[in-house]
Amino acid sequence: MSPEFYNEVGSTLQWLLTAAWLLPLVGFLVEIFGGYWAGRKDKTPAYIAVGCIATGFVLSLIALFTWVDAADLNAWTMFVGDEAAVAAVDDGAAAGEHDHEHAGGHEEHAGHDGHGEGHGADDHHEVHANDPLKSAFAGTFYKLGKFGPLTLSLDYYIDGLTVAMFAMVTLIATCIHIFAIGYMSDELTEHYEDHFVHTHDGSHFHRPGRFYRFFAYLSLFCFSMLGLVLAGNIFQVFVFWELVGVCSYLLIGFYVERKTASNAANKAFIMNRVGDFGFLIGLMIIWTWFGTFSFAETNPETLGSQGLFQMVRNSEGQLDTEGEGIDRVVYLQAGGGTVRASKISADGESSGPIAMPYWLLIAAGLGIFAGCIGKSAQFPLQTWLPDAMEGPTPVSALVHSATMVAAGVYLVGRFYPMFTPEVLLVIAYVGCITLFIGATIAIVVNDIKQVLAYSTISQLGYMMLALGVGGWLAGLFHLITHAFFKSLMFLCSGSVIHGCHHEQDMRKMGGLYKKMPVTCWAMFVGVVAISGLAIPLITLPAVGAVALSGYHSKDAIVASALTFSSLNPVHGLLFFMPLITAGITAFYMFRMWFLTFFGEPKDEHVYDHAHESPRVMTAPLYILAFFAAFCAIGGEGGPLAKLILTTEPAHVAGGLTDAGNLALNLPSHHQIHENHAKAGAIALLVAFGGAILAYLFYCKRVVDAGVFKKQFAAVHQFLVEKWCFDELYDVMWVRPVHVVASWATAFDKYVLDAFLHFLSRLTLSVSNLDRKFDEMVVDRVVNVLGEVTFAAGSWMKVLQTGRLRQYVMFIAVSVVSLFVLLLVLMPR
Amino acid sequence: MGLNPYLLVAAVMFVCGVVCMATKRNGIGILMGVELVLNGANINLVAFSKYGSIGLDGQIMSLFVIVLAAAEAAVALAIALNFYNNHLTIDVDQAAELQG
Repeated sequence: MSPEFYNEVGSTLQWLLTAAWLLPLVGFLVEIFGGYWAGRKDKTPAYIAVGCIATGFVLSLIALFTWVDAADLNAWTMFVGDEAAVAAVDDGAAAGEHDHEHAGGHEEHAGHDGHGEGHGADDHHEVHANDPLKSAFAGTFYKLGKFGPLTLSLDYYIDGLTVAMFAMVTLIATCIHIFAIGYMSDELTEHYEDHFVHTHDGSHFHRPGRFYRFFAYLSLFCFSMLGLVLAGNIFQVFVFWELVGVCSYLLIGFYVERKTASNAANKAFIMNRVGDFGFLIGLMIIWTWFGTFSFAETNPETLGSQGLFQMVRNSEGQLDTEGEGIDRVVYLQAGGGTVRASKISADGESSGPIAMPYWLLIAAGLGIFAGCIGKSAQFPLQTWLPDAMEGPTPVSALVHSATMVAAGVYLVGRFYPMFTPEVLLVIAYVGCITLFIGATIAIVVNDIKQVLAYSTISQLGYMMLALGVGGWLAGLFHLITHAFFKSLMFLCSGSVIHGCHHEQDMRKMGGLYKKMPVTCWAMFVGVVAISGLAIPLITLPAVGAVALSGYHSKDAIVASALTFSSLNPVHGLLFFMPLITAGITAFYMFRMWFLTFFGEPKDEHVYDHAHESPRVMTAPLYILAFFAAFCAIGGEGGPLAKLILTTEPAHVAGGLTDAGNLALNLPSHHQIHENHAKAGAIALLVAFGGAILAYLFYCKRVVDAGVFKKQFAAVHQFLVEKWCFDELYDVMWVRPVHVVASWATAFDKYVLDAFLHFLSRLTLSVSNLDRKFDEMVVDRVVNVLGEVTFAAGSWMKVLQTGRLRQYVMFIAVSVVSLFVLLLVLMPR
Repeated sequence: MGLNPYLLVAAVMFVCGVVCMATKRNGIGILMGVELVLNGANINLVAFSKYGSIGLDGQIMSLFVIVLAAAEAAVALAIALNFYNNHLTIDVDQAAELQG
């Protein structure tokens, strides 16, 4: 591929994706200001929002097709059977390579073909993320500032993963925007009655409707999420990370006056911030040692300045380490991974290679992952997600199932080259614990949205587990399929809630399939997808197994987990937990479906008033159901998987043996492929088991679930209390904070205030002293002067008797004495 | 005769006038004392005019004094009349209103 073509394709993609990213921001600005002026009953803000995001979707789709075309992706070569697949894809790879050499290429090639499954030998060294020119297009929008060697700028990084995420996010967002026009329609009034907020005289709270504000927040969220996906450096990711957190806060707390909603919004944001603390530590370590934040530099002119992925791994995609244990160091790379980077001392001389302590690289990875724990609601920061269901259902569908919580998984996938095997093991275990916690709690909850929330926690755990055990494709594949079927299920539950007039408790539903058939069968598609059910033993020629999308992605995850645990027998738990949980997933999902739609109606009032939702709300259900069913068609040989595989970091395909300080063995594509059929069969068995169990319990009522509840009362209570995490965090954090706050109050009251009171008393006594001095000294002097004058005057007053004869005498005597004086003093 | 007897008479008149001014309670009496003083001064002036070296100036001055004495007596009598109108008496001991 020629450099001109690469640049042309790259700039086309850049413009398309930038426009798709910025349109929702324009929409937000118009809606937040214009919506206020237009009045509360106007639907125009919604139309603007839908227009912006739908245009974004069209642009993303064009970008996707441009990418696929430029990358010569043999999208429709799908596997028929395992061997044929390997052969077919190898043909594709070979043809691609032929094209490769034909263009006489080296570094200026872009858009390396999809590799698909079955690489063949473990030693197939194709360069991907650390030779990003082959598969990515990165650049800078705007340089923000330079702090010594570090430059902060707004960058973009476009590769297969980016365009896939863009298409997915914009599509789901468009569907949800359209759904929200119907769902939020009761906000189109001047006088909205909020049934959950009571005023002090006992009546419900009334306020003007906030329709326009909802769509403004949704547009802002879409802008933030797309910015996160497009970001070309980890700092920009962090900026948009926080922005999506803010949007989530605004949307969860949309019903501001409800105490539960505002508490939930606070909880979500604060728990995210706890994770972000780790993120910042990771950022600091990266800044110190790498000196840059950008993922990769693909501009041939600036190849001297490297991105993170190019610096951390060499041209074969491996970490260049030396030493053992705590003294192990990683040598940073330069020149596209061909030579070790060297320290440049002050006078420009190079003095030895830059050797970063290995444990610091682990710490950086764990730090960044801590942010992902917070954002993706993993153990131990998972408690905010169920509470986030206080927001309106479209918010839950968009933010808390498909996009924002997926940002953590996306970041792990994007930042994969920076994670050492130890970090990956931690990720796997965190994911493993999370998926089990989420699934077990989902069995017992009765609120339809809570079931889906815990299911989301569990599925995110699956994705993290997959990424941790080396199944990079499996994790991100599941991300995209999960986005579709989870948002579908959330919208279906929104439709149910809307139809039952804001009733969310499943114990009051039942028998709704007659009243809401579209919703029922759309939900069925989602439930089958998440359970990973398939029709066994049949493989169709073009599409592979007869299954919905969830089967393929879960299959991939279980296969990766099985391979990893067989390579590292001590970590066998990492296979058994996801396997068992697959059964539990099927169980609780079918439980939810049966309780909501089948059986006898539990509450006459709810059942009588239930109705199917209007077309504006059911149309998105059709679209999402289609994608939930067919987006992963062909499984791991299909178009979606191939698209994602173009971005796979180089070191994943070949696997690793005895890697890192813990001597872990990471599976290669070939090894995973060998275990595929076995893993798939076991997983399918377990899933069917769970589904059948749910059918027996909740549809046929063979066994009464109440009996089990009484029998396992302690366990049941523990699960209903959400594994007592809220109480635990209350004791661990909230109460100590209250104690410290009381110390601070006491200090404030008895030390600081006492000091201030002392100062004021001092001032008072000084002023008292002043006054006494004034009265006794200064006033006395003045008074004495006056008295003296008065005394003198009174004394002289005596002379003025008013008696005429006396005055005459005085005159006479004075004259005589004057003459006498004259004669005496001046004798002649 | 010489100058001295005239001076002596004038001095005696002067002193009598002063004593009269100082001791009389009657306002008119005080005025008479004033006249005596002035006339004593007149005698002095005329004596010096005859026996001294001031020539006729003494006698002219004496005429002035007489005129002034008359004017001043008029004014003083006006004051005494006003005083009588206000106090119904001309006892100067009753004119002690300016006392401090």
